[in-house]
Amino acid sequence: MTILELRSVHRVHGGGPTAVHALRGVTLTVEEGELVAVMGPSGSGKSTLLNLAGGLDRPTKGEVVINGTVLDTCTRRALAALRRRRVGYVFQDLNLLASLTAAENVALPLELDGVSVRQARPTALAALAEVDLAGYGPRFPDELSGGQQQRVAIARALVGQRRLLLADEPTGALDSQTGEAVLRLLRSKVDAGAAGVLVTHEARHAAWADRVVFLRDGVIVDTSGPLDQPDELLTTPGGSP
Amino acid sequence: MHGYQLRAAFEESTGGTWPLNVGQVYTTLSRLERDDLVRPLPANDAGQRPYEITAAGRKDLAAWFGTPISRTDRPRDELAIKLALALCTPGVDVHAVVQTQRSATMRTLQEYTRLKARADQAVELSWLLVLDAMVFQVEAEVRWLDHCEASLVRYTSPSASSLGSLAQPAADADTEVEQEVPR
Repeated sequence: MTILELRSVHRVHGGGPTAVHALRGVTLTVEEGELVAVMGPSGSGKSTLLNLAGGLDRPTKGEVVINGTVLDTCTRRALAALRRRRVGYVFQDLNLLASLTAAENVALPLELDGVSVRQARPTALAALAEVDLAGYGPRFPDELSGGQQQRVAIARALVGQRRLLLADEPTGALDSQTGEAVLRLLRSKVDAGAAGVLVTHEARHAAWADRVVFLRDGVIVDTSGPLDQPDELLTTPGGSP
Repeated sequence: MHGYQLRAAFEESTGGTWPLNVGQVYTTLSRLERDDLVRPLPANDAGQRPYEITAAGRKDLAAWFGTPISRTDRPRDELAIKLALALCTPGVDVHAVVQTQRSATMRTLQEYTRLKARADQAVELSWLLVLDAMVFQVEAEVRWLDHCEASLVRYTSPSASSLGSLAQPAADADTEVEQEVPR
């Protein structure tokens, strides 16, 4: 099932001679159970793509479709509701509200969507348990490590009915081992039925994706998928250390 | 351990990434025996002869573990040479060379990562560390390719190279020399 679709999407910032063509006709689909990484140099359009994919920005031309809904046909209110119910974001930092506990942070999108506090709390605690943070609900963000904070952010991103996870450099400030643990978690959440778009400049992190899309100057210049026969890697000379 | 056991132990700890033939194992054992670094023990009932390490062998082994691997001993890097030659060969789209390599390298990285994801972190630590060594080496290549591309953008004019010209037939490439390379 297709969760996210970008159809010939263009995005131009500004106008006249100083107009910046951030995206030029990008087409991309992300299926359920699929993690797609987006790589490219600074200014290639990665963040614009993610903002459009999450309905935070509108394309100048082309369409963005989430769960079959063309975002351009939505009213402002319907778009906000779709974002709350269907899309979760994980950023490098500024992920969690410092004055709320982990459980309250995870429950927040549900409560914003009209779910009562009493109903949202057990759902939030279950989401925390799914990211191995059972018992951490009452802790405030500054009482958690960087890796634990990102796990809370992932729990919040996928709480309730949300199935589209958009991550922008989610391991930026983390050490190698903790960053890898976050990616393993992202991967397992996608394997369990979510769909994910991961923007990163780290090839080692992008490698957890099923497909890696290379952006340059707002255009997808290449896509890298899995090998047909991965085991060959271990016997060919190029694969030997 | 006898030769077959040594081979099995080596391959188990390196996940089969460096296949050994047993003849190579016995040749090495003979050389180590000649240098008094191992000594043979009486053969077992199956006719297999185990070896044990000597004190001199332990000392040599400790010295090996304590010595860094010299990068100058590594073979020449064909990719670096290819890119260097691509830059000074008229008609070659260096951006395309970089991107073709990056896609292939990325694919390799994805597969190593898939093997990592499959491995059991608790019981396959040595295999995971060998995989990590390959992951970091491949990642370094991608980073270097990114750096090459950034340098190309900064130091070469866009007209000197455009995506896709490598896909042209050789005859067309000759024509491009005339048309595209700044003199």
